[in-house]
Amino acid sequence: MRVPSYGGPTTYEGQFPHMIEARGLTKRYGDKTAVDGLTFTVRPGIVTGFLGPNGAGKSTTMRMILGLDAPTSGTVTVDGKPYREHAKPLQAVGALLEARAVHTSRSAYNHLRALAATHGIANSRVDEVIDLVGLQEVARKRAGGFSLGMGQRLGIASALLADPSTLILDEPVNGLDPEGIRWIRDLLKSLAAEGRTVFVSSHLMSEMALTAEHLIVIGRGRLMADTSVADLIAGASTTVVTVRTPQAAELGRALAGPDVTVSSTAADLLEVTGVAAAQIGEVARDLGLVLHELTPQQASLEEAFMDMTRDEVEYHAAATPAPGTTAPTSRSAA
Amino acid sequence: MTAGSHVAVAPAPSRATVAVSPVSQRRVLVSEWIKMRSLRSTGFTLLAAVVAMIGIGWIVGAATNSHWSSMDPRELAGFEPIGRSLAGVNLAQLAIGVLGVLFISGEYATGMIRATFSAVPTRLPVIWAKAALFAAVTFVLMLVSAFVAFLGGQHFLASHGTTLSAPHAVRAIVAVAVYLTLIGVFAVALGFILRSTAGGIATLFGLLLVLPGIGQVLPASWQTHTLPYLPSNAGSSMFTVVQDNPSALSPGTGLFVLCLWVAAALVAAAVLVRRRDA
Repeated sequence: MRVPSYGGPTTYEGQFPHMIEARGLTKRYGDKTAVDGLTFTVRPGIVTGFLGPNGAGKSTTMRMILGLDAPTSGTVTVDGKPYREHAKPLQAVGALLEARAVHTSRSAYNHLRALAATHGIANSRVDEVIDLVGLQEVARKRAGGFSLGMGQRLGIASALLADPSTLILDEPVNGLDPEGIRWIRDLLKSLAAEGRTVFVSSHLMSEMALTAEHLIVIGRGRLMADTSVADLIAGASTTVVTVRTPQAAELGRALAGPDVTVSSTAADLLEVTGVAAAQIGEVARDLGLVLHELTPQQASLEEAFMDMTRDEVEYHAAATPAPGTTAPTSRSAA
Repeated sequence: MTAGSHVAVAPAPSRATVAVSPVSQRRVLVSEWIKMRSLRSTGFTLLAAVVAMIGIGWIVGAATNSHWSSMDPRELAGFEPIGRSLAGVNLAQLAIGVLGVLFISGEYATGMIRATFSAVPTRLPVIWAKAALFAAVTFVLMLVSAFVAFLGGQHFLASHGTTLSAPHAVRAIVAVAVYLTLIGVFAVALGFILRSTAGGIATLFGLLLVLPGIGQVLPASWQTHTLPYLPSNAGSSMFTVVQDNPSALSPGTGLFVLCLWVAAALVAAAVLVRRRDA
């Protein structure tokens, strides 16, 4: 019986079922550090997005969770123990990895049957997951002839095979058409709603904004944020307030301060940063000024992400050295 | 954060419980059996090995019989009917070796190995299952093929042939099957060690075919201490009926030496597969 839990207090983390816990997880290839001291917890009941630019170390981290790559240092456990120590690993974690993990000459059906056999799973369950992902028509055909979207569906079928309590999916919407993307999104949310741990990587903040509730953001292998989607928007970028008033110059002078930026693109228009919309309204009332518009411009998730990873993107269009680190706003690192 | 939004977005699929058993060596063996049978290349390559083993034995038998009167005395002096009918072993070992490497390298090339090692994260059961399965299939198939090659070969040799009751006949036939089985397992281990089809096949053929040739240019005193211990020479001493090479190993020693090669390759494969990132 899985009890859904929706983000309980941090102190109970160790007692939660179906959790991924990384502690100081590090992976080096020669002198290149792919993953650098990652500490995070992925909790059940919600979709957790794993976000970072290409080359940030997302796939490496996921492979370490699955025991495919050994960490240089640090540990990662699933449900309290390393993946390798699970007697029924496919039931602990179902995974869809970025690169296809299917023999191209084998049919989808036989691929799933071979995986199922390692855990003594009946062929009826194989038929079930084939139906679930909608591959009935092509299940007996060579997987090598599959389109990218069909390949992703087969990957998801194998991830769901043993009805796992944790799902790890690396860029699951890559190559899918809008209908397929919507299908994955709904699937992930319903799997999480059943109380499972769902950990999904993406380099697209826009996709994560629609799917995930919690985000773990990494750049150059380092943890940059471990936060809810809402908190990320609120915290990572300053909010701009658009003010439209006939007495723009007067209001602008009144708002001026050390941490406040006021800019104007039209005679009656101000773009204010550093002051909350409510405060601007109060100032205007005190001065008896008329406001025609007072709009906080919520920074989009994409902007928040760009802000956060600007210095940490592995491959810049223009070569800019990345000095220092951005302070992670980590919640579960404590 | 509340659950409300999730539940509203998509209805939860039914959670009928799926019966899942712990991973065991036996279950991994079943899985590998499914994998082996579900690739068309397995059938084709095994068929090639069978055809090579039987076809060459029969053709050599028929050709020898029809040219008997024109064979020169030296050739006649060295004539040995059992070995002639089993000459296909040289070609069959290539088919078996290629298939053994492919059985593993195919998984690395396609990325399947990540699915395999996700399902069996301790990894070693996969090596043992693949090696045991490949050994069993090769042995059964090649034992039957060697018998058929022998019987047909003797039939085509007609009056120059011999029978199963001849000295060393059964030993040679079984030894051919054992040799091909050990070469097959050796190839499986090479597949795990090198992870690439080209590298695995090149290494195997280098060891079986090229190294003995290179060894010929060594000083004679070195040759006697090295060449007999190469896998191919140790193997052929197992099934050679009339041994004309004085430095060759005895059949029993040959089997022992070849087993050492295979064991060393399997141990290396196990160590590397456990240690390396998949």
